[in-house]
Formats: sequence, structure tokens, C-alpha cells
Amino acid sequence: MSKIKFILNHEERVIDVAPHETLLEVLREKLGVKSPKCGCDRGDCGACNVLLNGRSVRSCLILAVEVDGQEVLSVEGISKDGLSKVQESMIDNNAFQCGFCAPGVIISATELLNNNPHPTREEIKEALSGNLCRCTGYLPILEAVENATKE
Amino acid sequence: MSILHDFEYFKPADVKTAIELLDQFGNSAKILAGGTDLVVQMKENVQTPDSIIDIKGIAELHEILFEDNTLFIGACVTFSELIESEVIQKYFPLIKEMSLTVASVTVRNRATMVGNICSAVPSADSAPILLVYDADVIARSVSGERIIPIRDWFAGPKKTVLQPEELVTGIAIPLPQKKHAGCYEKLGRYSGEDLAQAGVSILAFEDLHYKIAFCAVGPVPKRAYNVEKFLNGKTISDDIIEEAKQLLKKEISPISDIRATEEYRTHMMGVMFERGLKKVITQLQGGGDV
Repeated sequence: MSKIKFILNHEERVIDVAPHETLLEVLREKLGVKSPKCGCDRGDCGACNVLLNGRSVRSCLILAVEVDGQEVLSVEGISKDGLSKVQESMIDNNAFQCGFCAPGVIISATELLNNNPHPTREEIKEALSGNLCRCTGYLPILEAVENATKE
Repeated sequence: MSILHDFEYFKPADVKTAIELLDQFGNSAKILAGGTDLVVQMKENVQTPDSIIDIKGIAELHEILFEDNTLFIGACVTFSELIESEVIQKYFPLIKEMSLTVASVTVRNRATMVGNICSAVPSADSAPILLVYDADVIARSVSGERIIPIRDWFAGPKKTVLQPEELVTGIAIPLPQKKHAGCYEKLGRYSGEDLAQAGVSILAFEDLHYKIAFCAVGPVPKRAYNVEKFLNGKTISDDIIEEAKQLLKKEISPISDIRATEEYRTHMMGVMFERGLKKVITQLQGGGDV
């Protein structure tokens, strides 16, 4: 076990982890942060996305020990003081049905809008191309991100 | 799926410590950079290293440098960093163009170009570009530095000539001094996580010189020297392209797998080669959209 210290959703956390534990496992099982989901568990689906130092990453492909000294933000952190604009827009556009992919999509969309507040439809598609959704067929998700930039 | 075996984790702060660890552990250690391949392989028990050496704590391996007309890309430089780099945009726009075809943003934020060639899958997107630029792989071990030309790098599917005690510190790419234009044509099923079903990179020079390399249509990515030899000195016409396409078919040896059939890959290589060649010629003449 090694002790790691990192910022999780604006709070400093110190925890013992084994080298083989992934960030996703530690977030969900040890720290109770349940928004990142385990979908494919091999970096293909985007359900486990979190922001690491402001960049979206697959938490299933990162060892927890790697985030020592770094900053992790999940949807819990994004919506700490109420829903973000893009989250509100997802609701307004009925973007999700089962919701399993939602946290990962929100992470990808948040990173996009942080870097590029007025993306084109093509840029939105590119930013979300690593997020699989099996319910709503993507269109309402794309529209939600687009609408979030209009207000 | 969890990683089912234990290992020790090391995060050295300099290259010297990293190569000393490698010297001590050899084959039982694996180098960790972005982890987008390695962590999957550990989950699937394809890799069961006793030690993991995380090189992200080594500052010099994060550098993108352009000095004496040579670009250095450190082993920890991610595809996202390549896409955002002004140096790359200015001198090597083809590297940016290729990087944008790799997986999705979230993977590009972690995955590195050096990791891509160290994994050495036949479909490695970085490979054709590095091959047409005649890049060098820089490896370090306790016995010193070794420069490996990229054309000698790939030894088989997922195999390279790197020795267990060696660490790749980066890639050096000389900037061609003659006016040139380049492209990377990639065939995928959808944007996002897809691997190349076939890929071809072409560099065309003002003096009617051509460099061509491909990936995913043979056991290793490689240059199409016979096609280059045929094209060199020639002005491109439809007849020349047709002849070159026939030659190209003899240089590739695609397989049928879950992503595409042999016949489809062979046919598409011809289509992509023609498309790419026409594109670079247009660019050389000052037109085109890139």
C-alpha cells in the first residue's frame, strides 16, 4: 500500500492505495464518488471519464497511485454549487434516458466548453466522439451542448 | 475487470534513476507513460510485470523542442500536447493532422507518440508519419545512448528492437529542407476509438521526390520503397498513379480480421493512396485546404 494525497472535487484527500488499483476503483469503492461509471473498463466507452488537472481522462486506465499530488474533478465536483449550464441543458433537451453515460458525457462537454466556449457542431461531435450512448442516439446530447453555449 | 496481480510502482525523477531501475529489473519491469495500452494489457493478463516504472515524473521527457532543424518529442508528450504545440503547427503540421485521428480527446490527453511506437501494433498511426520523415528513436540505458532509425525499429506485430534494459527517451525528426507537402490518410469505421483499418502517409517534394509509408496492411508499418523508386523524378498523372497502385499492392500484405477483410484493405489502400497523392500534389502547387 502507498499513501497518496490529491485534490478530489476541491478537497484534499489522503488515502492508502495498492499499486494495482485503478483510479476508477478507488473513486467508486473507497471514496464513494459514484458518478464515474464502469462501462467497458478498457478505455473505449467514456463512462468513467473524469477531469485530471483540467483534462478529461479515462479513470479506468489510470492507476490511483498516478494521481498523487494532482487534481481530480468528477461530476460531483462540477455540480457542487448547483447544476452547471451544460447539465441544465442536458435536462432541458431530454439528452439522456438510462443516464449511465451521462457523467462521462458531461465531463467531455465541460472540458470542451472550458477550452472553446462557442464550438461548432463538428467540434462538439469531435469532443464527444469518445463517449458511447446506447439510448438517445446522440442527437439530443449534441443539441444540449449546442444550446448550452447559446444562453 | 481489476488488475489481478501485484507489482511495485516506481516514479523516478530523472532518466538516470529510471535506467538504473530498468537495468536492475530488465524484462520484469514495464515502462508506464500514458497507460492507455499498458493498463488494458495488465487487466487482461497479457502483461504481468513485477515492477512499473512511471516516467511522467521526469521533466525532460515532457519536452517538445525544435533546434538545428530537428524536432525532439519527449517520451511523455501526449497527442493532445502535439496538437496544441505551436512548433508542431508551424514546422510539422502533418504530425498535428495525424494526431487528430488518434482515438478520442480523452485518450489523446494521456496517450503518447512514443508509447504508440513502443506498443508497435501494426495499425500505429504515428508510424507512417515517422517513417516518411526518417525519424530516429532515441534509447538510453546504463551503457549509453542508442539511436535507432525508425525503419529498423519495428520487428514484428507488437515487437520492436528495443532491449529490456533500454528506455526510449524520445523521437528526433529532421525537418526536410526542400519544399514539401504531406498527408496521412486513415481508414476507420467511425471517429472516436477506432484503430486504423489501413493508413498511408505521403510526403512529396518539389523536386519530384516521394516518400510513402503505410500501417495496418502488413505485420509492421513500413515504407513502400518500390513505389517511391517508381515515382521519383516523375510528374504525377493518372496513368502513373494507376501503375503505382499496382506496385503498391505487391508491397502490402494485409490480413482479414475483425475490423476489415484483406480484399477491402487492399482495395482501399489503392483508393487512399490515389487520394493522398493528389492531395499532396495540390498542396505543393499552392492549393488545397491544408
